[in-house]
Amino acid sequence: MKLSALPQSYLNRRSNSFRSPGPLDSSSDSAVKSPATIFWLILHGLCCLISLVLGFRFSRLVFFFLFSTSSTNFYTAPFRSTAELAKTLDVHSVLSTKPVSNLELPLLNKTATNSRVVVGRHGIRIRPWPHPNPIEVMKAHKIIERVQKEQRLQFGVKDPSTIIVVTPTYVRTFQALHLTGVMHSLMLVPYDVVWILVEAGGISNETASLIAKSGLKTIHVGFNQRMPNSWDERNKLESKMRLRALRIVREKKLDGIVMFADDSNMHSMELFDEIQNVKWFGAVSVGILATLANTDESADQKKDKEENPRMPIQGPACNVSNMLAGWHTFNTLPFAGKSAVYIDDRATVLPRKLEWSGFVFNSRLLWKDGGDKPEWIKDIDMLHGDIESPLGLVKDPSVVEPLGSCGRQVLLWWLRVEARADSKFPPRWIIDPPLDITVPSKRTPWPDAPPELPANDKPVMGIQEPIVKHTTKTRTSRSKRRSKRKHETRTDTQASTRHSEQN
Amino acid sequence: MGKCFWAFLFIAFGFAPSITAEHNPRTERISGSAGDVLEDDPVGRLKVYVYELPSKYNKKILQKDPRCLSHMFAAEIFMHRFLLSSAVRTLNPEEADWFYTPIYATCDLTPTGLPLPFKSPRMVRSAIQLISSSWPYWNRTEGADHFFVVPHDFGACFHYQEEKAIERGILPILQRATLVQTFGQRNHVCLKEGSITIPPYAPPQKMQARQIPPETPRSIFVYFRGLFYDVNNDPEGGYYARGARAAVWENFKNNLLFDISTEHPTTYYEDMQRAIFCLCPLGWAPWSPRLVEAVVFGCIPVIIADDIVLPFADAIPWEEIGVFVAEEDVPKLDTILTSIPPEVILRKQRLLANPSMKRAMLFPQPALPGDAFHQILNGLARKLPHQKSIYLKPGKKILNWTAGPVGDLKPW
Repeated sequence: MKLSALPQSYLNRRSNSFRSPGPLDSSSDSAVKSPATIFWLILHGLCCLISLVLGFRFSRLVFFFLFSTSSTNFYTAPFRSTAELAKTLDVHSVLSTKPVSNLELPLLNKTATNSRVVVGRHGIRIRPWPHPNPIEVMKAHKIIERVQKEQRLQFGVKDPSTIIVVTPTYVRTFQALHLTGVMHSLMLVPYDVVWILVEAGGISNETASLIAKSGLKTIHVGFNQRMPNSWDERNKLESKMRLRALRIVREKKLDGIVMFADDSNMHSMELFDEIQNVKWFGAVSVGILATLANTDESADQKKDKEENPRMPIQGPACNVSNMLAGWHTFNTLPFAGKSAVYIDDRATVLPRKLEWSGFVFNSRLLWKDGGDKPEWIKDIDMLHGDIESPLGLVKDPSVVEPLGSCGRQVLLWWLRVEARADSKFPPRWIIDPPLDITVPSKRTPWPDAPPELPANDKPVMGIQEPIVKHTTKTRTSRSKRRSKRKHETRTDTQASTRHSEQN
Repeated sequence: MGKCFWAFLFIAFGFAPSITAEHNPRTERISGSAGDVLEDDPVGRLKVYVYELPSKYNKKILQKDPRCLSHMFAAEIFMHRFLLSSAVRTLNPEEADWFYTPIYATCDLTPTGLPLPFKSPRMVRSAIQLISSSWPYWNRTEGADHFFVVPHDFGACFHYQEEKAIERGILPILQRATLVQTFGQRNHVCLKEGSITIPPYAPPQKMQARQIPPETPRSIFVYFRGLFYDVNNDPEGGYYARGARAAVWENFKNNLLFDISTEHPTTYYEDMQRAIFCLCPLGWAPWSPRLVEAVVFGCIPVIIADDIVLPFADAIPWEEIGVFVAEEDVPKLDTILTSIPPEVILRKQRLLANPSMKRAMLFPQPALPGDAFHQILNGLARKLPHQKSIYLKPGKKILNWTAGPVGDLKPW
């Protein structure tokens, strides 16, 4: 029976009945005690006293030595002679203090009519190595995968389309961080994925080596322009790069759903399930994580006064009848004048009014020949300038389908985090050859303590410890990788103590 | 010629829906005769006469403690209510095939809600004395065409402790009657031949209310919530569940594939719907509502109870639906479960998804076709027609009315 539904109380009831069997239990109502019973009672009392002294139920050992017939840990033949004694001894289990291992010999009661299953005490079988077997764990995971695949076939999206992901990127310190995140998200997507990477500055080995391990179908093209250093210019260039990717979709006649995954964004898995529902042109809500960068200084005092600042969302806004009524865009007024201009500024990076990543559409909208394209889509070859957001592709913004329960679900998050433009990182993030000579950072033109750093933020040096220990005679200073100056990073104090001198 | 063409079309369209219905990929009909048996309609195949007992045997007991309507032994109460308004009920005892005695024997609850079986034998005795003196039908067969619902731990042995239950054995005056009980174990004193095993009562509305979307991926491999050691009565282990639950804990507590613990989560039903296998080990008795919950939530039951007889075993092919693991194989449970081929697992899940399977395990109010009430009636109908030998010559007595412990003979 399900004992989880019968807590302590049932068990109390059982023990209660042992203690007061008289009026209720009709089975043990023998008023006359035979000498045998008295003898067994006395013996039992004696055993109890001895057990009390010794501290464990020695009666078990006695029976083990007296009555064991087989050497197995588990069943032995039932003993009818000791049946009554075994029953009375085991019933009062108050004295059992010693934890019993699995080698306890079972004392069995009388059996039912030649059943294989016997009532009474049984051994607890434990195998010699009760830990998971890795091969079986892998098999179990394969089973789980297969079951989930079947579930998706039955209940998930019928006829899922390929997802065409457009990502503009360029080689920089944070590229590995961002691109790995996007890559892993795409590797988890249960549908077919075609990943179009447009790289500013031409195709590079860095990017190629990063995405080589993904196992995804990728189209890696270069764009013959270097990424500029100001956010405005960067946004413009990225729009151009995305259009380039859309032209590829048109040329190759890729069929699927186009989405824009900027390499520093974070995507949830539900996003990919939700965009399968798009018919022609859809929009999702994007959470903007722009304000989290600078919460020190001014915000500290203000935080207690104002309520928790809610995360701004960009996306479709619906009216009561779940029809598209307008757009939530980012309010740039509070940041007027304080936003970042250059990529490595320490100010807040603002998104534009509507980010590309919040839009998805059917790739057939881009195809040249008419087909069944709706007439509100503009031809991308006819676009003269660049477009700020995909809404520039449609003539009438009201045809956009709001996704994610009409924009109520935030399915992806926008964030822009970059290192300084001149920050260096080892190519392919491999330190080769191992560092032998270190160069003091005094040689670099970076200032040591930037004036804006607040007082409680200790100038942390030696941020990235080279993992390879090297025997060097120069213990003056180590090369500092100043890649994360924009954010306060607390390194382990071990590093800072080792570098006693702060240059 | 035109007529032939139209007739052909008509036949073709008539067949098409039935063909397509069979190919529903989500569920699978239990093939063979067992599948049809689940959907049998007992109406018209048997007639049941319900004795009118004084309310001290049923209504008054329920009034004293309405908790009896929601615990796992509530089947006896709901069966009575169902029969009162069912189409198989007849008011003329002469044409009845089966006779039902409404006694709520498991409704004597402790303050914490557990049934005490100590008065039940006397209650049953007293009821049978009443019906044998007021109606002639008991005496003419000595109860061979009567059935009783005894959903307690060990059925009509009327005790919660197995050794005592075995000692008592089935109540002597019920030796010839058909028993409808939840307990079932082969070669056990408390399971009579010809008994009908039923599932324990599980509240259907509560389970319906906690359904999660079916596309939620099943990510738990094995799930179990419950006790492993009964610390109050059997702290060292070895008695409780014949050591099987303790073995599960000791072998698999470090295994991340096994989501097992003694906690009482509020998301118990939801978690079961996210699991592939649900363990249904024996406790103090081999049956448990976990089996019902697993079937309703589509989780493959892993039954660890040697020689257990599962509910409606003649109508439901349990080997095809669940996984049976012998108690001695518990240390190898992970090997056993991971070596089941995925196609077999998917087939089991399809069989479990069959709505008639889920309905057969539940006691809904009001009754639905194919539910557990109907399965009980189907079971009774399958035992008809009665053999001529059950009818005794007048005055002949087979049962020993004074057998059993002395305490049972006291009047109730």
